Amino acid sequence: MSFDVEAVRRQFPVLSQRPYGKRLAFLDSGATTQKPQAVIDAVSRFYAQDNSNVHRGVYDLAERATAAFEGARKKIARYIGADPREVIFTRGTTEGVNLVAQTYGRTHVGPGDEILLTGMEHHSNIVPWQMLAAEKGARLVVVPVDDRGEVHLADFERLIGPRTRMVAVTQVSNALGTVNPVKEIVRIAHARGVPVLVDGAQAMPHMKVDVRDLDADFYVFSGHKMFGPTGIGVLHGKAKILEAMPPWQGGGDMILSVSFEGTRFNTIPYRFEAGTPDAAGAVGLGAAVDWLEGLDREGAEAHERDLLAYATGRLQEIPGLRIIGTAPGKVAVISFVLTGVHPHDVGTILDREGVAVRAGHHCAQPLMERFGVPATVRASFALYNTREDVDQLVRGLHRVREMFP
Amino acid sequence: MSELTDLYQEVILDHGRKPRNFRAMPDATATAEGLNPLCGDHYHVFLRMDGDRIEDVSFQGNGCAISKASASLMSAALKGKSRADAEDLFQRFHRMVVEGDASQADGLGKLAVLKGVADFPTRVKCASLAWHAMHSALHGDSQPATTE
Repeated sequence: MSFDVEAVRRQFPVLSQRPYGKRLAFLDSGATTQKPQAVIDAVSRFYAQDNSNVHRGVYDLAERATAAFEGARKKIARYIGADPREVIFTRGTTEGVNLVAQTYGRTHVGPGDEILLTGMEHHSNIVPWQMLAAEKGARLVVVPVDDRGEVHLADFERLIGPRTRMVAVTQVSNALGTVNPVKEIVRIAHARGVPVLVDGAQAMPHMKVDVRDLDADFYVFSGHKMFGPTGIGVLHGKAKILEAMPPWQGGGDMILSVSFEGTRFNTIPYRFEAGTPDAAGAVGLGAAVDWLEGLDREGAEAHERDLLAYATGRLQEIPGLRIIGTAPGKVAVISFVLTGVHPHDVGTILDREGVAVRAGHHCAQPLMERFGVPATVRASFALYNTREDVDQLVRGLHRVREMFP
Repeated sequence: MSELTDLYQEVILDHGRKPRNFRAMPDATATAEGLNPLCGDHYHVFLRMDGDRIEDVSFQGNGCAISKASASLMSAALKGKSRADAEDLFQRFHRMVVEGDASQADGLGKLAVLKGVADFPTRVKCASLAWHAMHSALHGDSQPATTE
């Protein structure tokens, strides 16, 4: 098995379109990845053949829907090295963080307590904790980010204190591509008896993750950033912790029995899945996992490393371009600024060249502030990108320089 | 299809690079903030009113060439205008840029160069941001203006 990028590209219908008559260079996979035909087909097949509400009917169709939904859960659990009971379906990473903040957080965080984050968190791993802190009279403590876009373990050693109740850290920075040493961070936190939530949204599309090996108490990710559908994601939690957590949303499926005197709640994972779930989304995410497992992952990772090195080199051609985030070993995400041109204007000009990039603060405003920029342009790569996409980006940036010399 | 040069006209590039009235105003009688939460563009608009007349206009902040040029051109256009004239300009500008009514360009003087923005839906909010802030300042709103 070897990695053949052209064969991979042919499986993504979106990539064959020609915006403004130009070849599409899709360099915004950090926002959402495109979907392979296998995922699109799995979702459509579910609705065409297996659709009915899960966990409810006694008829054959309902049995098939439930089997497909639970089959997806098992598949995802196996893929990340977890027990299926530890895989809770959510709408995405954001909902996963909110669930933990509102259940585990509300029962373990009190006045004067601390929640430790890093300076490179996405808003979705800041705001839920800030809301919890405001409610409880707790405070956020922030691990600083250095000039290359890295955090240091010594700062975790220093900042995890007797009042720390949770460490919430991203595995991969969405804005910079930095890969954090989450396994070591977990070890340091656990040595002090502090649980860790890892935001895996940006890690999952780039690397194989084993949650047992990582040993984080909570691991959250989104389907749509790893070639699956939007609207579905996963919260992985250690069974012992999940079992002790109070429920979050109330409703159907999360109960054993209900009376007006009181309700007995269901076991995990169902206790945290109130209401009809996005079954088709779960099936689609299961298909994305199958698709990823059918690839030569090492080959794909080598291909992404090559793209990062090639793009980093070629971007040096552009006068006044500065890359923000230069941590060694980062994934293929390049944030940059151009002197004298706002990222938004860069984005519009690149768009007309068929190049799709993100321009803005990337939902990481504190990080932008850290680097003294209001916004950056971000080219984020996935395994389906090629050197041709990089060349097209560089051509577009020359065009930007013609208009904004 | 409209071309990039329809959007990035020389006048716009010039105002984006060297914005006019780009300063704080310590003796402003009304100020408002304009914030685009999606991209982070952020401006403060300052007005000094002399009765019904806008004696001075200035702005400060951060954003793309389109938002900055639009704010700069707005500040130049509003100086010395009455409250009613400013309101009228706001409405005409809105019709030209947001609703794509090109006929409004005739009465807008230099602001007409922003006509091309209407063909770039993702950039309409950039061009309107400072205008919304100005409008809030004129009406004494304390909430930051957004284009959402």
